[in-house]
Amino acid sequence: MATITIGIMNPPYESANTPTAFRMVDAAIRKGHDVNVFCYEGATALGYAGQKQHPNAVHGASIEEEDHPNPKEWIKALLAFANEKQVKLVWCNCGLCVDERGVENQIEGVCRGSPVDAWKYCERSDGVLLIGTE
Amino acid sequence: MARYLSIVETAGRASIEEQDDTALWFSHAMKNGGADVSILLRGDAVNYALLNQDAKGLRFGARAVKGPDLVRDIKAIIATKIPLYAVAGDLADRGIQSSQLVPGIEQIQRSGIARLIEGHDRILSW
Repeated sequence: MATITIGIMNPPYESANTPTAFRMVDAAIRKGHDVNVFCYEGATALGYAGQKQHPNAVHGASIEEEDHPNPKEWIKALLAFANEKQVKLVWCNCGLCVDERGVENQIEGVCRGSPVDAWKYCERSDGVLLIGTE
Repeated sequence: MARYLSIVETAGRASIEEQDDTALWFSHAMKNGGADVSILLRGDAVNYALLNQDAKGLRFGARAVKGPDLVRDIKAIIATKIPLYAVAGDLADRGIQSSQLVPGIEQIQRSGIARLIEGHDRILSW
């Protein structure tokens, strides 16, 4: 099986690029591939542990009914899915980007790295995709 | 009280995570707070007017993602008496027929946009 590195730049709740990236990670794991995800700039907030669900008065929904998506839960689900499928999923944040944004409090399983780490992931990969932002 | 027109053009930007379109949601929240607001769908946002859209079925691993229910949201906007317009030419460009639209949406011609803007005091362009 192959190893794939995917770079993400968009912050949560801003772009369709985010669910697209998650779908690609899910699909790669589902097919048995190892995946490295490197989050750069705003994407480092995807794993921020402080994300909270909320009710939605416009939808007329309670917090339970709304079940608002927090991307940190999507990352947890993908990490669990990789474990279940016995493939490797690395979810790595650009450390300086984390510091700039004050999102150090990340969920378990998310690591911290640098552009050099991203480059090393790329070097060890069969395919690389950077999903840039506008 | 000023009359507001929300012009929504960007579509599907964060709707999976937000479970709605944030510009429509913001406009609806304004209305609920007492504002006089209308909405114009143009460009790709005219797709929001489709009656039989369905974004369900997405999963990440074992976690299901509900996604947006834009038919619910558009119907709620209409039920709340927010005037909702869509640019007819933008619908036609995308092959969307009038019969495919959520009932209650008023179509306007591109040539009528300026007049619609003239009829409002504040324009929110999303």
